[in-house]
Amino acid sequence: MSLRDKLAGEIDDPMVAGALENFKASVDAWSEAAYSRPRTVVSSARHNWRLAASWALGCMLAAGSLAGGLYERHQRQDLARKTAMKAVQQKVALERAALEKPVKPTIVTKRQPTAVKRAASENEDLLATVDSDVSRQVPAAMEPLAQMMVDHGTN
Amino acid sequence: MEWGAVNLPGMGTSTKVMAAGTAVKPMTVEAAEEIAAQDFASIVESHRPQIFRFLLASLRDVDLAETLTQECFLKAHRNWKHFRGDSSAMTWLMRIAINLQKDHWRNRRLQFWRHTQANAIGVDEASEWLPNGERNAEQQILAREQVAQVWKAVEGLSERQRTVFLLRYVEDRELREIAQATGLSEGTVKAHLSRALARVRAELRGTR
Repeated sequence: MSLRDKLAGEIDDPMVAGALENFKASVDAWSEAAYSRPRTVVSSARHNWRLAASWALGCMLAAGSLAGGLYERHQRQDLARKTAMKAVQQKVALERAALEKPVKPTIVTKRQPTAVKRAASENEDLLATVDSDVSRQVPAAMEPLAQMMVDHGTN
Repeated sequence: MEWGAVNLPGMGTSTKVMAAGTAVKPMTVEAAEEIAAQDFASIVESHRPQIFRFLLASLRDVDLAETLTQECFLKAHRNWKHFRGDSSAMTWLMRIAINLQKDHWRNRRLQFWRHTQANAIGVDEASEWLPNGERNAEQQILAREQVAQVWKAVEGLSERQRTVFLLRYVEDRELREIAQATGLSEGTVKAHLSRALARVRAELRGTR
């Protein structure tokens, strides 16, 4: 018995029977097309190769970072050792030089009172010169006032 | 000619062996397993397209239908030795497929419709498929419209109603087979079919 006959016997409405027949035909066509479509299979070999390559790259990067870090550490240690050695050598050289040269006794003498006095008077002269220079540089607007002060001072 | 029953250890089934006269010719376990494997291979070959079609119509997702079809046959292969032939192999496979589909719906609900929602095609796209029959353009358009309306009605059915409807009108299964595959009584199957048909009818008449 065909589907049409079966549906006709089961469903009294011809429109519904026709729609169901079309529906089945549509699902059949879709299913057949989907079932027989070419399937894309991801090659496991390619996948494995990619995985291996990424692992290798990751390992190389990790090894590189580690080696770089160790090299840097070694360089720093070496530099610090050299600096320390240089410092020790300099110290030894200075000590040797100090031992070889006779030490001149440094005599601390008291300054003469006259020299102190002279230095003080020199300072005072210098300050007086500066004061007079500054006082002479009076702005033009203040000139009459300055003149009056001079006149007053002289009188 | 006479048939004798032989219980095969590890097979879980009693296999009938033809024997001459009253003597029963013994069959080795290896031979029985080989026959069982051949049987299963032929079952896969003959029933796979139907299981795929049912799952495709239920889910409207080609990739998912393929995955569940594979799972169905994997499960069937694992349990092949427990298959006692109480129902036909097709009904048994359909039952596995329905259970897998149920599990999928349950998981999908838990996953907030994440996977299927993204891959399932729409009603309009599903209704584009029509066989290249002897139809003119007008008939093609009418048929397409009808198919879209049926899809729309199917979309609105409950999970059980949809399963029963698809088994009956797409897979062309008898009520008894549907009852066996779904684990429902024939009366319940009839009731589900009636409601599903009412919905399709209403959709076709535009009363919904």
